[in-house]
Amino acid sequence: MPRRNDITSILVIGSGPIVIGQAAEFDYSGTQACRVLREDGFRVILVNSNPATIMTDPEFADATYIEPLTPQFLELIIAKERPDALLATLGGQTALNIAVTLHERGVLAKYGVELIGASIAAIRRGEDREEFKRVVESLSSIAGGAPEVAQSVICHNIAEIMAAGEQLGWPVVLRPSFTMGGLGSGFAHDSAELLRLGTIGLAASPSTEVLVEESILGWKEYELEVMRDRKDNVVIVCSIENFDPMGIHTGDSITVAPAMTLTDREYQRMRDVAIGVIRAVGVDTGGCNIQFAINPENGRMIVIEMNPRVSRSSALASKATGFPIAKIAAKVAVGYTLDEIPNDITAETPASFEPTLDYVVVKAPRFAFEKFPTADDTLTTHMKSIGEAMAIGRNFTEALGKALRSLEDDTAQLRLAGDPGGTKDELLAAATRPTAGRVQLVVQAMRAGASIAECYQATRIDPWFLTQLELILTVAAEVAAAPQLSAPLLRQAKRHGLSDTQLAEIRKMSSADVRHLRQRLGVRPVFKTVDTCAAEFAARTPYHYSSYDLETEVVPRSKPAVIILGSGPNRIGQGIEFDYSCVHAAMALSDAGYESIMINCNPETVSTDYDTSDRLYFEPLTLEDVIEVYDAEAAAGPVAGVIVQLGGQTPLKLAASLKDAGLPIVGTSPEAINLAEERGAFSQVLAAAGLPSPKHGMAESFVQARQIADEIGYPVLVRPSYVLGGRGMEIVRDEEQLHSYIANSTLVSPDMPVLVDRFLDDAVEIDVDALYDSQELYIGGIMEHIEQAGVHSGDSACSLPSITLGSEVIARIRHSTTAIAKGVGVCGLLNIQYALAGDVLYVLEANPRASRTVPFVSKATGAGLAKAAALVMLGKTIAQLRATGVLLAVGDGAVARLGQPISIKEAVLPFNRFHTADGGTVDALLGPEMRSTGEVMGIDRTFEAAFAKTQLAVYANYPLSGAAFVSVGNPSKRHALYPLKRLADLGFILWATEGTAQMLARHGIAVQLVRKLGEQCLQLENGKECDECATRPTATDLINSAQVNLVFNTPNGSTTGGSPRVDGNAIRAAAIARNVPVITTVQGLEAAVEAIRCAKAGDFAIRSLQEWKCISDVG
Amino acid sequence: MASAQEAILVLEDGFAFYGEAFGAIGETFGEAVFATGMSGYQETLTDPSYHRQVVIATAPHIGNTGWNDEDNESGRIWVAGYVVRDPAPAPSNWRSKRTLQTELELQGVVGICGVDTRAITRHLRECGAMRVGISSLDSDVNTVLAKVLATPKMEGADLVSDVTTKAAYVLPPAVGTVPSGERKLLVAAVDLGVKMHTLSEFAERGIETHVLPADVTFADIAALQPDGVFFSNGPGDPATAKHAIALCAAVLAAEYPFFGICFGNQIFGLALGFDTYKLKYGHRGINQPVFDHASKRVDITAHNHGFALRAPLDHPVATPYGIAQVSHHCLNDNCVEGLTLTRNNRVVAFSVQYHPEAAAGPHDSEYLFDQFVKLMKATPTKAVN
Repeated sequence: MPRRNDITSILVIGSGPIVIGQAAEFDYSGTQACRVLREDGFRVILVNSNPATIMTDPEFADATYIEPLTPQFLELIIAKERPDALLATLGGQTALNIAVTLHERGVLAKYGVELIGASIAAIRRGEDREEFKRVVESLSSIAGGAPEVAQSVICHNIAEIMAAGEQLGWPVVLRPSFTMGGLGSGFAHDSAELLRLGTIGLAASPSTEVLVEESILGWKEYELEVMRDRKDNVVIVCSIENFDPMGIHTGDSITVAPAMTLTDREYQRMRDVAIGVIRAVGVDTGGCNIQFAINPENGRMIVIEMNPRVSRSSALASKATGFPIAKIAAKVAVGYTLDEIPNDITAETPASFEPTLDYVVVKAPRFAFEKFPTADDTLTTHMKSIGEAMAIGRNFTEALGKALRSLEDDTAQLRLAGDPGGTKDELLAAATRPTAGRVQLVVQAMRAGASIAECYQATRIDPWFLTQLELILTVAAEVAAAPQLSAPLLRQAKRHGLSDTQLAEIRKMSSADVRHLRQRLGVRPVFKTVDTCAAEFAARTPYHYSSYDLETEVVPRSKPAVIILGSGPNRIGQGIEFDYSCVHAAMALSDAGYESIMINCNPETVSTDYDTSDRLYFEPLTLEDVIEVYDAEAAAGPVAGVIVQLGGQTPLKLAASLKDAGLPIVGTSPEAINLAEERGAFSQVLAAAGLPSPKHGMAESFVQARQIADEIGYPVLVRPSYVLGGRGMEIVRDEEQLHSYIANSTLVSPDMPVLVDRFLDDAVEIDVDALYDSQELYIGGIMEHIEQAGVHSGDSACSLPSITLGSEVIARIRHSTTAIAKGVGVCGLLNIQYALAGDVLYVLEANPRASRTVPFVSKATGAGLAKAAALVMLGKTIAQLRATGVLLAVGDGAVARLGQPISIKEAVLPFNRFHTADGGTVDALLGPEMRSTGEVMGIDRTFEAAFAKTQLAVYANYPLSGAAFVSVGNPSKRHALYPLKRLADLGFILWATEGTAQMLARHGIAVQLVRKLGEQCLQLENGKECDECATRPTATDLINSAQVNLVFNTPNGSTTGGSPRVDGNAIRAAAIARNVPVITTVQGLEAAVEAIRCAKAGDFAIRSLQEWKCISDVG
Repeated sequence: MASAQEAILVLEDGFAFYGEAFGAIGETFGEAVFATGMSGYQETLTDPSYHRQVVIATAPHIGNTGWNDEDNESGRIWVAGYVVRDPAPAPSNWRSKRTLQTELELQGVVGICGVDTRAITRHLRECGAMRVGISSLDSDVNTVLAKVLATPKMEGADLVSDVTTKAAYVLPPAVGTVPSGERKLLVAAVDLGVKMHTLSEFAERGIETHVLPADVTFADIAALQPDGVFFSNGPGDPATAKHAIALCAAVLAAEYPFFGICFGNQIFGLALGFDTYKLKYGHRGINQPVFDHASKRVDITAHNHGFALRAPLDHPVATPYGIAQVSHHCLNDNCVEGLTLTRNNRVVAFSVQYHPEAAAGPHDSEYLFDQFVKLMKATPTKAVN
């Protein structure tokens, strides 16, 4: 059954901004889908609000819409484009939910759009827990009888939930329907906990439906990735076993592929059930993921859930096996059958087979609890990690070691020397609570004498995994005991994943010495190939991983190669924006005749798709691993250079050591990078060019810091040197605060000094992305922040072109940027942050690397900045790139062209994913430390419309009418007055705290007064409040009872990240819990009011990027 | 670890790999083959079709689930030797009774671990299946190589007599599988190296199976008045199995419903007049896509064959017993994976090259056992003539 010819155009919905539980994996899947559908001649219409994605590059679709992923906007696009079909199974839960809504509202029927991939009925059967349970239990024809699901009760209100808890026995699990990443789910051990979680769960479910089920805590957890075509061919692509048992979300677990502890009988039973489920649910054409739990005592198997779509695990499974699930899912959705689709890797065999692995894959989650110090870091069924690293080894120990060092977290790599950090009992007790570093705790407990049985008792991690950890310790003990490091001993240690740094720690040597000794003894890794078939057939795709084994598979080449270092696991401050630049570089370099070679360890990304570069090395981004890849490639053919400036801080940190090790770093030299990163040196660059910067100094102690702060005057901005994403950065307003900052910061020492900067109040912050080829400067874009300086650039909204900067300021920016590029010695990309205060243009910082905004700028201006940067690094000039169309032929991104639309970037924050240990919400105030996980883009003719689109994209329930609660700090009152009046004019009812209410009333704005939190009625009668007080709710009452749908709350005093401001905190927390938009700056309010006005009028232009480009080109 | 006994693996073309002893200490020789299944080592090791073969497991971790009392496919381990990369230090599974290492030692099976199994696999893929030796006694490549070269080749090897049952025995239908008032079916199963799971598939379908030694005569079979005749899987070169081929021809001539698996498929093909050939490195895995010509669908199947039938994929062939036609082929290499024989437009006999009984492997093709039952029920039982 070949390609369907009855459809010609297909609408693909992406997954929107990166949020916890829905990340870059959907860019990977969507990009694959767009690519294959276009290759097959379909007209592809893509909608996604996330500009950092590869899929939203104009060349990946025929019509690319960067619009909010809401049913309203989708309907407008459908009405305009009239697609034949909608493919919604590749854009995560977001796309699936929109498809369901469009169906329910009759939009699909009205415009004759066919849902392909999974039908509405199948989505319902897969997602609705009651229906799913019925489907599973009806599979009695499977050999061995119908599979079981956990005992459970579906509840629609809190009373039903409480009754279910009593019936099933404690603990119980709560699972809200139609949510992703386990949002709102968790364990309740008693009725108080059940009441709290039940309330959250009901609110989190779009259908106000929560499943309460028996606990299978501590059981073994598995996943199968299944694929089916319309001829009913079904294959299992991959089995995944969780290292962490049931009770921890699979996204937060260490996971292993293939399954390690199942006999064939048990595995085949699971396979039979999975196939039965996909058939019965009715996913006719596409992939799905099914989760299982197995009781380790007796093998009782329970089906947990399924996703009738491509998922995070599908991306992992694709990378783990070489079977591209999303690509194949797109092909089967348009009619192909699996036997008609070739296996890319072997080229000779079809996709209708089941990959078999001759290696082990380990995925480890990356957390960001350091960004949310008040958040509870206990791992539950509600996903909290923000990224992941994957590693491949020839055995579990090797893969685990590589995965943990890929996380780039100093505490993640197993500690094999020194003090275990507690007694056996202490460490076992700590390991009982699942947390980010539990594998480390288990290993330390073993080092302190804990047995396998004791560790199993504490953690329920399968004994097979525990004996593997013990194996690592045995090897480490041999290394420690040996009189000297011999080749066989080193080889043994490397086979079990010990890194040079771990060996150095055990032997009390430097890791460089270990490396040199190891290389001298000839203990080097070989590179094997991911080939889907355990070497049964020859592989055509050079997708490699290292292993300490015998035979290497890297083939010689004659073309010069360029090695690109990727950005590692996603984290706050270093997300897919950097992957975007790496992917573009790979594409540009391949086109330019180089062999592009990617090194990265993030399974979610497009860069780790074997289709992206000419050769892919799935390896940790550490010095040791990168050097080994380089040496292997240098032996295979000429290497023209190694690119470190596109993957963010990860590769940049390695630049100097790589150069010292003899690797040819191209682009900005490590010395120049240091010149920009090192404060003292950078000051001299600025001084030489006559450019002002805020007064600053560097301190190694509190005394030094106080001295500097006294000199330059408070407020000051303090932060550790060498960080990304404003990690540990705070605005400090007095000496006391400074003292507490230094005392509490673990990141300050003589090795890691702290930077103290004058903080510019009320400044306009400006972000510039530029490209420099040693001769000419090309400004990619000048972005004006909507929030004032002090909010991290990654967390603030910005506009391109800038909305208030005049041509004279732009000329100054160009001059300053050129001077810095020249002074530092940039070759490639440069990002500079400026602050305009009192008409002085201060230089805040310069980063000689690709920035987070490169994809946004590229989309807003239509120039391929990252592609151009890669080519500049290898010797092309900007003039040449202008001539070939990579960059604009004349002018650059600094000046808005006639007809150019306004593009706004807005941050998406993860506050609603975190809770404090007592169940409260974490503080949601923006500050100099970055906390956002992703971003959206709005593009339109006017600022208001573009900004409105970003808000509609971020908030599912952005209010166009209703009531707002406002509470304005004294410094902001004057500026807030006018926008608040306009908000009232737009029909909003205003509720305010006393001071704010007085100000509004004085200006004739109708306002209702709220009571302060904790304020008691003074005329209590029989415990009842007086009439007046009873009608005066507190702000949190209003939010909790859904009486306000917008909160404007500026802080009084400081804008630090950690310290509590009780009232504001509680208000923002309530708003976050209810998903009510919170605005914390006056500038944000001004923009919001304009946006609401615009959205009420429906004054939007719905145009694809391709159309916008035509308009501005003509203009 | 450091004290582990060294072992070497030597291929007939002189390639040698150094590792550590696994299983029993000693020396062993056979044909080197690689198996790509990620699960089911217990079933693989006890599969009689692996007789005289040294199996290289491509999955690196072997022994994770230990050894249990339920998953054996025959009464003993048949592989001549076992080559793995990372044996489990300790097994973990609720059914495990002992470690794989212990079981190999108990049964005297010599193995090697810690070698680059992927490198060996790639070598076999490029150069073809060949003889191999493993020794944990002799570390001299040349003396081991001499012994490898003295080992008989698989081509021309008649191994059925080694693995077949010495005496006939009867396996009754499983309890409750024969509805009261209905007659149980009787199958004469010629044991060329039969797997336990095949017999239990019959038992589960209300069949009384008479398992017969390979040297059984046609008269013995006819005397049982079977509803159908089954030829099992087995080791060695099918072209050498002259008695089985003649026996199969007699069964077909007598128009008994016939079903064959693996070696049984090759015997069926040879009896119909096709010939067999040795594959370069064979099919040994549980992930093989087989295209069913009747349903036009793909089944994921378990394979274990070093030889294959040569028959046209696209057109039927007239034989003395009816019209023979290829019913299945492997999508990886277009190898013949099944045959049907029709008379008067009715399928009267069929066989598959792969393993519908799986164990280890997927259950996609279990329906073939139902098909055999249907065929037998639709055919009147023959009286002794």
